Amino acid sequence: MSTAITKKVERPPFWRDLRVLRVLIQVLSLAVIGAILYVLWFNLTTNMRAIGIRADFDFLTQPVGVSVTGSDIGAGSAVWRALLVGVQNTFALVVVGIPLLTIIGVLVGVARLSSNWLVSKAATIYVETLRNIPPLLIILFAFFVGVLPLPDILEPARILDLAIITNRFIAVTGFSAAEGFEIFGWIMLVALVAAIFVWRWRTRVFVQTGEPHHRVLWSTGLLLSVAVIAYLALQGPFELSKPVLAGRALSGGFSGLGGYFAMLVALVLYTASHVAEIVRGSILAVPRGQSEAANALALSGFQRLRYVVLPQSLRIAIPPTINQYLNFVKNTSLGIAVGYAEVTLIAFQAIGNGRPAPQMILLLMGAYLVFSLTISAVVNVLNRRLQLVGRT
Amino acid sequence: MSDREVIEREADPVAVGRPVHIRLGARAWAKKNLFSTWYDALLTLTLGSLFVAFGWTLIRFLFTSDFAILRVNLALLMVGGFPRDQLWRPVVALILVSILLGLMAGIGSASARDTAEQTGLPYQRSSPMAVLKRFWPVLAFVVVVLMLTETLTPWLVAGAALVAGVGSFPLGRGLPAGVRRFGLVILTIIIAAVYLVLVSGGVGWDGWGGLHLNLFLTVAGLLLAFPLGLLLALGRRSTLPALRAMSVTYIEFIRGVPLITLLLMGIFVIGFFLPTGFRPGNVTRVLIAITLFESAYIAEVVRGGLQSVPGGQVEAAQALGLAPWKTMRRIVLPQALRNTIPAMVGQFISLFKDTTLVVIVGMIDILGASQSANAQGAFLAQGLHRVTLPFVALAFWVGSYVMSREARRLEHKLGVGVR
Repeated sequence: MSTAITKKVERPPFWRDLRVLRVLIQVLSLAVIGAILYVLWFNLTTNMRAIGIRADFDFLTQPVGVSVTGSDIGAGSAVWRALLVGVQNTFALVVVGIPLLTIIGVLVGVARLSSNWLVSKAATIYVETLRNIPPLLIILFAFFVGVLPLPDILEPARILDLAIITNRFIAVTGFSAAEGFEIFGWIMLVALVAAIFVWRWRTRVFVQTGEPHHRVLWSTGLLLSVAVIAYLALQGPFELSKPVLAGRALSGGFSGLGGYFAMLVALVLYTASHVAEIVRGSILAVPRGQSEAANALALSGFQRLRYVVLPQSLRIAIPPTINQYLNFVKNTSLGIAVGYAEVTLIAFQAIGNGRPAPQMILLLMGAYLVFSLTISAVVNVLNRRLQLVGRT
Repeated sequence: MSDREVIEREADPVAVGRPVHIRLGARAWAKKNLFSTWYDALLTLTLGSLFVAFGWTLIRFLFTSDFAILRVNLALLMVGGFPRDQLWRPVVALILVSILLGLMAGIGSASARDTAEQTGLPYQRSSPMAVLKRFWPVLAFVVVVLMLTETLTPWLVAGAALVAGVGSFPLGRGLPAGVRRFGLVILTIIIAAVYLVLVSGGVGWDGWGGLHLNLFLTVAGLLLAFPLGLLLALGRRSTLPALRAMSVTYIEFIRGVPLITLLLMGIFVIGFFLPTGFRPGNVTRVLIAITLFESAYIAEVVRGGLQSVPGGQVEAAQALGLAPWKTMRRIVLPQALRNTIPAMVGQFISLFKDTTLVVIVGMIDILGASQSANAQGAFLAQGLHRVTLPFVALAFWVGSYVMSREARRLEHKLGVGVR
C-alpha cells in the first residue's frame, strides 16, 4: 500500500458551501436592512414634504422662541446658540457632579465594609434605598421637597451676607475677574504643566533611586507658590465678590438655579449609590491574603487601604465606574422634569415652538453620542493600560 | 469546649475544621463593633444621633401627615385614568396573573423536587415562612395600599388574588412532568392574550396609566426586546463582518444616548417613519421606543452569557458533527441564557425604574399620577409632594429590592461564575 491516494476534493453544491453561504447571508441581511432603512427614509421624506417641513438644518439660525433663565438667551436668539447654552448647562452638572459622586461613592463603598457596625449599616441602608428608586423620582423629590420650600425671592435667607438662599437660586460668595485676570490664567496654566512635569520627575527619581518622592508636596507647592507670586505681581487679578440681590435681580458671587441644585444633589446621591456598590465589590475582589499580609506588616487601617487594597481594587473598579459616569451624563437629560435648561430641555422646547423634530432629535442624540463614544474610547485605552502585564 | 461538643463535631464530617462561633455579650459586642477606637466612638455617636434624628422625623412624618391626597387618588395611582365603571377588567386580569404566578411557582418547585430526586441530592421544600421572608416588602406594600382604601372591595380583590395564587400552586406542583413546560407556555400565551383583550377592552391601551402602566411597559418592553437583543448579540459575536458591523453600530448608538431622547423620538418622530395615515397611540409609541432602547442592553447581557460558555463546548459539538445552527440552539444558547438570568433580572429592574420617564412625554404612570394629584384644586400648592413622592418611591423600592434579592439568590443557585 505505498501508492498515495490523491483525491480531488469535491466542493459541495453551492447551497451547502460554507464559503458561498457566508457571502450570501451577509448580502441578504444587508439587503433586508437596506430595504427597511429605505422604506423608513422614503416615509420620512414623504411625510415631511406633506407637512411642509424642510429636511435641512437651516432652522439652526432661526430664532429659538424660548428664553433661558440664567443666560442671555432670549426668544430671538438663534437655535444653535440656545443649544450651545444647553450643552454648557449639561457640562455644569457633569463637571461638578462627577468628582462629588466619586468621593461619596468611594466613602460609602468603604463604609459598607467598615468594622463599625453602625457605619456599615448606615452605608447599607443608603445604598439599598437610593439604588432601588428611579432617579427621576429622586430629582422631583429634591426639587419639590428640597428646593421649592426655600424662602421666596422677595424675602431671601442670608448667611452672614456671604450667601443668599431662595427657592429660585442659591448664590455664594465667589471671585470676579479684575484687571490682569487673563494673564493670571495663562500663568497658572503654564504652572500646571510644569507641576505635571515635576510630578513625573519626582516619580522617576523615586523609581530610580528609591528616595522618597514627595510628589504631592512638590507639585502643589510649585502651583501654590506660583499662584501667590503671580497674584502679588499682578496686584490682585481677581477679587472677592459677594452676591447682591436688588429686587429680583442677582449680581455678583457664584450662583446656581434651584433646578441645578436639585439635579446635582439627586443625581450625585443616586449615582454614588451605584459607585459605592462597585467600590465594595472591587474591594471584596482583592484577595484576602493581601489584607492579611498588610496586617502582618503592621500597616495601619488607613495605610492598608491606601497602599495595598485600593490600588488593586482600582483596576477592577474603573471600567464599571466610568460606565456610571456615562449614566450620570445621560441622566442629566432628566433636567427637563424640573425645568433645568440643559440640552434636552432646550431641544424639547424648540420642538414645541415648531422647529423640525427629526433634525432636532438627531442633533440631540448626536451630542450625547459624541460624548459617550469619546468616553468609551478613553475607557478602552485605560483598560488596556490597567490590564496586568502577565505575572510569573 | 466540652467533651460533648467535640464528639458532636466529629460525628458531622462537614463541621470539623469550622471555626467555633463565639457569642459576645452585649457590652463586649458594642465595644468591638461600635467603640473600638476613639474615632470609631466618635463616628458611632455622630451617626447614632443622625439616626435618631432621622427616625424621629420619619415617625413625626408618619403620624402627623395627612394622607388624604393618597386616599382620594389611590385608583389614579394604581390604574391611571382607567374608566371607573370598567375597573372589573384589571381586577379579573390581576386574578388571572396571580393564577399564572402560582402555577409557575408550583411548576418550579416540582421540577426542583424532581431534579433532586434524580441526582439524589437532598431536597428541602421552602417553607411558607421562607417565602414570606423573601417577599415581605411586596406584602408590606399591598398592606399599605389597602390601609389607604376607603371601601371593602380592594380587600376582597387582594384576598381573591392571594387565594388564586396560593390555590394554583399545588395545581402547578401536581402537573405531570411531561406536560409542564408545554402547559406553561400555552397557559402563559392564553393568559397574556386574555389579559390584553380584557384590559384593553373599553379603553384601548392608550387609556392605561398608573402603576399598571409601569408594570406593563416593563414586562412588554422586555419581552419584545428579547428576540431583537438575542439577534443583536449573535450578530455581534458573528464571524461575518457585515452582521457584526451592523450589530455593533446599533448597540453602541443606542447605548450612547439617553432613553429620554428615544422617547422624544417615539412621540415626535416615529409618526414620520410610518406610512401616511398610520398614527399609533402614545403607549404604542413609547413601547416602540422602549423596545428599541432595551434590545441594545439585552444584547450586551446575552453577549456576556455567550462569552461565559467555554469554547470547548462548541468544539465538542462540532466534533459530534452538529450543524452550526444546532450547535447554537442545543449547546451554546441553553448554557448562555441560563447564565444571563441574574443579569436579565437586573435589566428588568433598571427598565422598571426607567418607565417613570414616560412622565416627561406626558403620560400618567404612577409618578405622573402623583404629580397630577398635586395639581388638583384640593391639594394644590400645599407641598404635598412630600407625601406622594415617598409613596411612589415605596412602590419602586419594593419591586426593585425584591427582584434584586431574587437575582442574587438565583445567581447563587445557578452557580454563575462558579465552576
